[in-house]
Amino acid sequence: MSQPFAIIAEYDTPADIMAAAEKVHAAGYKKWDVHTPFPVHGMDDAMGLKNAQVGWFTFFGGLTGLTAGMLMIYFMNKVDYDIVVGGKPLFSGFYAFPVAYEMTILLGAFGSLGGMFILNRLPRHHNPLLANDRFAAVTDDKFFVVIECDDPAYDEAATRALLEGTDPQHIEMVEDAQ
Amino acid sequence: MSDAAGQSAQAVETHTPKELVRQPLVLNNRPLGWITEQVCSIVEGKMPKWWNVAFVVSFLTMLMCFGYIGYLITTGVGVWGLNHPVAWGWAIVNFVFWIGIGHAGTLISAILFLLRQKWRCSINRTAEAMTIFAVICAGIFPGIHVGRIWLAWWLFPIPNAHGIWPQFRSPLLWDVFAVSTYFTVSLLFWYMGLIPDLATIRDRLRIAGKKLNSGLDWMINRFKQFAYGFFAMGWTGSNRHWRNYEKAYLLLAGLSTPLVLSVHSIVSFDFAVSQVPGWHTTIFPPYFVAGAVFSGFGMVLTLMIPMRALFKLEEIITIRHLELMCKVIIATGSIVGYAYGMEFFIAWYGGNPYELYAFKNRAFGPYWWAYWTMISCNVISPQLFWFQWCRTSPWFIFIVSIFVNIGMWFERFVIVVTSLHRDYLPSSWGYYSPTRVDILTFVGTFGLFMTLFLLFIRYLPTIAISEAKGVTPQADPHHKLGGAKPSQPEAEGAH
Repeated sequence: MSQPFAIIAEYDTPADIMAAAEKVHAAGYKKWDVHTPFPVHGMDDAMGLKNAQVGWFTFFGGLTGLTAGMLMIYFMNKVDYDIVVGGKPLFSGFYAFPVAYEMTILLGAFGSLGGMFILNRLPRHHNPLLANDRFAAVTDDKFFVVIECDDPAYDEAATRALLEGTDPQHIEMVEDAQ
Repeated sequence: MSDAAGQSAQAVETHTPKELVRQPLVLNNRPLGWITEQVCSIVEGKMPKWWNVAFVVSFLTMLMCFGYIGYLITTGVGVWGLNHPVAWGWAIVNFVFWIGIGHAGTLISAILFLLRQKWRCSINRTAEAMTIFAVICAGIFPGIHVGRIWLAWWLFPIPNAHGIWPQFRSPLLWDVFAVSTYFTVSLLFWYMGLIPDLATIRDRLRIAGKKLNSGLDWMINRFKQFAYGFFAMGWTGSNRHWRNYEKAYLLLAGLSTPLVLSVHSIVSFDFAVSQVPGWHTTIFPPYFVAGAVFSGFGMVLTLMIPMRALFKLEEIITIRHLELMCKVIIATGSIVGYAYGMEFFIAWYGGNPYELYAFKNRAFGPYWWAYWTMISCNVISPQLFWFQWCRTSPWFIFIVSIFVNIGMWFERFVIVVTSLHRDYLPSSWGYYSPTRVDILTFVGTFGLFMTLFLLFIRYLPTIAISEAKGVTPQADPHHKLGGAKPSQPEAEGAH
């Protein structure tokens, strides 16, 4: 059973979509989005989005790396295999630092990329938008506003009228084929 | 009198400086779709003849490399020219050379990003790819120079039946972690940058595939759609996604910056933490990092100048991009030259006769030829870039970039070999020469590097499409090319 998924409006320039995004945001929609070939500066404000939370994933990734690195070296060179080399202490934060530092960066980087995927709910290989032919130009040079039919404020006629008022090149309903 | 005054007034007027015009990063105000087309057509089209020839040559050279590594493993390190006192020969020279090459990629992708250098956007993809392939080449050498390669896993903290663990007081072990982290983080950063561009190729393949119904072309198209689509992770260019994406990109750049500085510092600790005269110096970490960036930019130019000409990318990788890279070469080349001078000064000023001897021996001993090759390539040749003509003639830059590559290889040779060949016991002093196996293994790594690089050109977008679009005026909602209405006050002057 195919059912309506979203209404999409296509624009040619970043300025047009920015103006449209401001209007859709002002109309109080929640489940809507702007799709662009590159990040348009100022769009987060136009859509009323807050600061991204990826930094927490990076921070806890890095903290895990630092702790794991220090504990690993402490365990290996002080506890489990305590052999004096060159008269140096069995454990010291100084000699353990380079490795722990690299592990901080390693897990921090995994945290950043993983955090981006988690917050974006990606990978998402089934997406009705990806089956739409006009929408394929979103990764080339077109700009789209997408308002999902699940949105509480969605009303077929009113939403279409709102989008028509933003001077788009094209308006289309996208259906979910499943 | 009045005539003269009028003339001088006129002269003043004509000398009023004109308002500086910002040079565009993509020439000729090309529309956004043109950038997509120009970059994707390389991936989608048939490769030109030269690519096939280059690939076959590189592939055979790579096989030679693997062949010689097989010979080394089955026979023993005696096939190399190593002996007492030079136990670190070409293997370590090549390792430091390749890992240094990588640093330019990270500098371009991370440090220039943090410094808001928008010109990085058309060169970062290729430079990052170069980093990854260079680190792969680098990683081979420490692995194979251990002698009994089947024990190389001792380098890693793997629980084992012997009940032993690696010894973390050694900088050689720090290096294992630094290099593997460097490789992994570079790969993550590179992959994240690729996601939107892979989505571009996926969408273009889907539209192109509509015209195909069956047959081989259809199957290839379906397979490619699956492959590019799989790695594009369902990217739709959503602004809610871009928001997290840009934040993650910034954080990765912020993590890669201290990483790239630490990696070559730790590589330099392999030398500096030892007691060998000529190695045991505090200047090593910054000197190595500058040298690494210097050599890396040399390699970026070596690769990019032919690439932009062969694929007609001159409007995206412009002369201005080349010129800016040449300026980085002057800066880092001068830092390297300063470090060479400072090493000599401290050897004299420090009052340690052994240290002074090591340095005199570098410049005037049996390896004088290597030292002076290094000085001419690294210190003298980049200074030509003070002249604008030299910075803006691609063929000339290409020649200098080759000199930089050669010079930086010799730098590592000078550091490794001249410091070791006359060590503590004069009775064991010797003269190190490489064997055929040493030389051809190193030549073979260029085959590996070029094979990977050619495959990259063939299958992945060589220019970060979404980023290159993002720095054009067409992408700026406040610019008239970005669709801003002329009535808006900031329409003209913004950015």
